[in-house]
Amino acid sequence: MLISFSERFGFDEIETGHLALAVDEALANVIRHGYESRPDGRIWISIFLLEEPERRIRIEIEDEGRQTDPAQITSRDLAVVRPGGLGVNIMQEVTDTCEFQRRTPGGMRLILEKTPRGELDSSDQNHAGTPENGKQ
Amino acid sequence: MNNGQEMEIQVENRDGSVVVTPVGEVDLARSPSLRSRLKQVLGESPNRLVVDLSQVPYMDSSGVATLVEALQQCRAHDCSLFLAGLQDRVRSVFEIARLDTVFNITADTTSALDT
Repeated sequence: MLISFSERFGFDEIETGHLALAVDEALANVIRHGYESRPDGRIWISIFLLEEPERRIRIEIEDEGRQTDPAQITSRDLAVVRPGGLGVNIMQEVTDTCEFQRRTPGGMRLILEKTPRGELDSSDQNHAGTPENGKQ
Repeated sequence: MNNGQEMEIQVENRDGSVVVTPVGEVDLARSPSLRSRLKQVLGESPNRLVVDLSQVPYMDSSGVATLVEALQQCRAHDCSLFLAGLQDRVRSVFEIARLDTVFNITADTTSALDT
């Protein structure tokens, strides 16, 4: 479903793959850390296709698992070669926004947002060198 | 997790080298199967281990972690590890994780065995 939405919204094959990867990593994090690998935890995924202020897809992933201080969920130093802990790095790398929030009354919410590359390119072209942005 | 899925993994011995060929997506459910097979193969102390990824269309960070573990085990046992035939989507995950320069990555298995 995500792939169908993202392709229709203008993401190319690589970007669509990256979005699927980000969601996969997010779900793995919820299962491993939020529900400590219990198989019966509930997860909700919502997809929004937004046009303002810029065209982008917004994916919200919510759970009822263990809460974590969002400030403690950080990427790790990739110079250290060791297994594990790459999920946050990957999500941050392939999306424009990767924001963790505490849900009320419990669980976590992750917001992922991404603008199609084609939109960014055309936006750059449309505004390059115009008096409005001062580019030469 | 105890609900991992078995994945098809072919293993072939070639003059002291072992070629391991997983078939299908390597994700959270299937990476334990690959990890177990690699551990078994490395227990036989090969000189060279080639993981042929040409039949893996998708890999997440659990799959990458599995291969990093294998790399560490290879380094500890003086075994050369090669990753061969990565598809673009899989290669991009290694690039995102800055691991594309850590592993020996070759175009195909033949190149890995000739190195």
